[in-house]
Amino acid sequence: MSDTHAQSVAFVRDTEIPPSPPPARETGAIKWVRENLFSGPMNSILTILGLLIAFWLLSGLIPWVVNGTWTGNDIRECREILQGSGGGCFAVVAERWPQLLFGFQYPDYLRWRPSLAFVLLFLAVPPMLFIMFLPRWTLALSAVYPFLAYWLIWGGTILTPIFIALAVLFGYFTFAKIEKRGFVTGLLAGIVVAAAIIWVGGLVAGEFSRFGRLEAVESRAMGGFMLNLILGIVCVSLSIPFGILLALGRQSRLPIVKGFCVVFIEFVRGVPLITLLFVANVVLAYFLPPNANFDLILRVIIMITMFSSAYIAEVIRGGLAALPKGQYEAGDSLGLDYAQSMRLIILPQAMKISIPGIVNVAVGLFKDTTLVSVISMFDLVGMIRGPILSSTDWAGVYWELWAAACILFFTVCYGISQYSQWLERQLRTDHH
Amino acid sequence: MKNSVILGTLAVAGLAAAGASAATLDDVKARGTLNCGVTTGVPGFAEPDANGVWQGFDVAVCRAVAAAVLGDAEAVTFVPTTGKTRFTALASGEIDVLARNTTWTFSRDTDLKFDFVGVNYYDGQGFMVPTALGVASAKELDGATVCIQTGTTTELNLADYFRVNGMSYEPVPIETGAEAVQQFLAGACDVYTTDASALAAQRAGFANPDDYVVLPEIVSKEPLGPLVRHGDSEWADIVRWTLNALISAEELGVTKENVEQMASAPGDNPEINRMLGTEGELGAMIGLSSSWAKDAIAAVGNYGEVFDENIGESTPIGLQRGLNAQYKDGGLIYSPPFR
Repeated sequence: MSDTHAQSVAFVRDTEIPPSPPPARETGAIKWVRENLFSGPMNSILTILGLLIAFWLLSGLIPWVVNGTWTGNDIRECREILQGSGGGCFAVVAERWPQLLFGFQYPDYLRWRPSLAFVLLFLAVPPMLFIMFLPRWTLALSAVYPFLAYWLIWGGTILTPIFIALAVLFGYFTFAKIEKRGFVTGLLAGIVVAAAIIWVGGLVAGEFSRFGRLEAVESRAMGGFMLNLILGIVCVSLSIPFGILLALGRQSRLPIVKGFCVVFIEFVRGVPLITLLFVANVVLAYFLPPNANFDLILRVIIMITMFSSAYIAEVIRGGLAALPKGQYEAGDSLGLDYAQSMRLIILPQAMKISIPGIVNVAVGLFKDTTLVSVISMFDLVGMIRGPILSSTDWAGVYWELWAAACILFFTVCYGISQYSQWLERQLRTDHH
Repeated sequence: MKNSVILGTLAVAGLAAAGASAATLDDVKARGTLNCGVTTGVPGFAEPDANGVWQGFDVAVCRAVAAAVLGDAEAVTFVPTTGKTRFTALASGEIDVLARNTTWTFSRDTDLKFDFVGVNYYDGQGFMVPTALGVASAKELDGATVCIQTGTTTELNLADYFRVNGMSYEPVPIETGAEAVQQFLAGACDVYTTDASALAAQRAGFANPDDYVVLPEIVSKEPLGPLVRHGDSEWADIVRWTLNALISAEELGVTKENVEQMASAPGDNPEINRMLGTEGELGAMIGLSSSWAKDAIAAVGNYGEVFDENIGESTPIGLQRGLNAQYKDGGLIYSPPFR
């Protein structure tokens, strides 16, 4: 059979032709470019426009960075060094870098203390966030951190933070003991015990003010990016528990609790943050007796916390509303009381749903801390707008300073956002 | 009922404030530092340097008062205030004296209940234009676009000036001075107007200062000076005469260098002797030590030295004395006699 046509066919191919490479315009980079960038006249125009814009931006940016100078004592020396080469005068960032980070009033020989507190933050935060991977005792680090950080940054005797910590601890234990006899009784007893310990602590700390003493730094001296970080971290951590309480209160069946929560949330959300800050700074000063030393940072922290807890309450209320009614009924049918069903069934699910919203509020709040520059506190923006831009040495430098501020803020906000996405993936329990 | 509660609270707070403001001198001495309100930064007038130490023309007034009262020019707590917070800070007692480029006006002196104790800088509103515009006088600015800071007296003065001269202009309202300069340099407006001292200070920071010119017309009176609260005239006297001591010191030739030597023994000039405490009891009359004026002058120098060191012609800001020369040199700086 095989040679039936042997004489009529000159050549019979008995092997397969090796596949030839596809035409050049159908492979690799060229294909990608053709399909993605020049697939039609409209796309081609947009691509060329985009390239032109990128070129225009980079042709300004690259010489600005590459030709920039990091030496020089004032803007005039900078200009002499640059000789019109289009470079940036980064000398201002080099000279004023400590001021951008710590403000201009924090004593320079004490700057190691806030720096150490910042480093310790990376030990204190993971236990709260990654507790599923770490032993439970590491949570103690998180619990100790706020008091340690306060002592490091503000100084003074170590007895003050110790007694505040004791007051919190014993207040909580009293509350837990007495809670069985009624929530309100427990709460009152807890507050009384905490107040008593703080009062005794005040006496003792006054008596032994040399004990464990670091040189005290006034609140007025806080500034720079440090102030933004302090306000951001403290207010976000405080406003999450307050936000949960407000969200639960808003759903409560008790009319007074519900009414208070609704009025608080709606009032605070209806007022711009900047007016609350003005109240903290200016109006309160009229009501307090002239020599009352009610710390400005404390006033600002209270106002920002009020503001952000109202927002977080609404985010969490969204999470609570998203849970099917069956989850609440499941809690009831298991015989759990209100606190137990909230703690064990409702809140874990509602909080998971609320994570993107909470992170959104947290990032927004962190950036909003720059508003304190308007009430003459020297945070990062306040430092740039006030003392640095209006110094005889550096008046006239703008872009370099604002670029530095952008980089600092972007680093932190991008980190927060990446972390929250990771956390969402970790908490995904729906096995899709 | 609620109203009465709020009113009662206000009344108590008001009484408390009035009671405590009566003896500022005692408060300052007990506290050990002077709380002095300054700007958040105006080149040459008040600015913290790279080490965080406040420097400047207004800052020198704070340091002189601290030296006179406490004998230590470093015993000052500087409280930076913005244009929005300065008056409440003083009225509420947070600061003892405000030395912050503040124009002495009728309503601030009376309605806001402050006492201006003198003038340490006579300023006035000026105009800056690009040299290329070829304008030599503010009278030629008809139809110009003008960058101005909103909510300031400059805005009102500008409207008055153009109306009086029958000219029209197009305002470009801007929030801060630094931003206004950026807009002006970018060509968003033909003219930038603000106090002449600020124009000179900001021009010093330009890349090409020679491309811009400050026009000769000054269209308003802006007497800048330190101020205190109503209700404590003894304290107002102390601040007023500390400023006068710096001014008289320049007139009488007392400087930072020679003040120690002049105060060590009575000299030929009785007024110097009275001021420096080697003759008479002027210090005791205002509740201070006899060396109060000597301490103030030794700390910061006389008025002329303060001027030259911070904003004078040898500094990048390069202001001429002009109206701020001593009256003998044709200026307005004049101190009542020490007698």
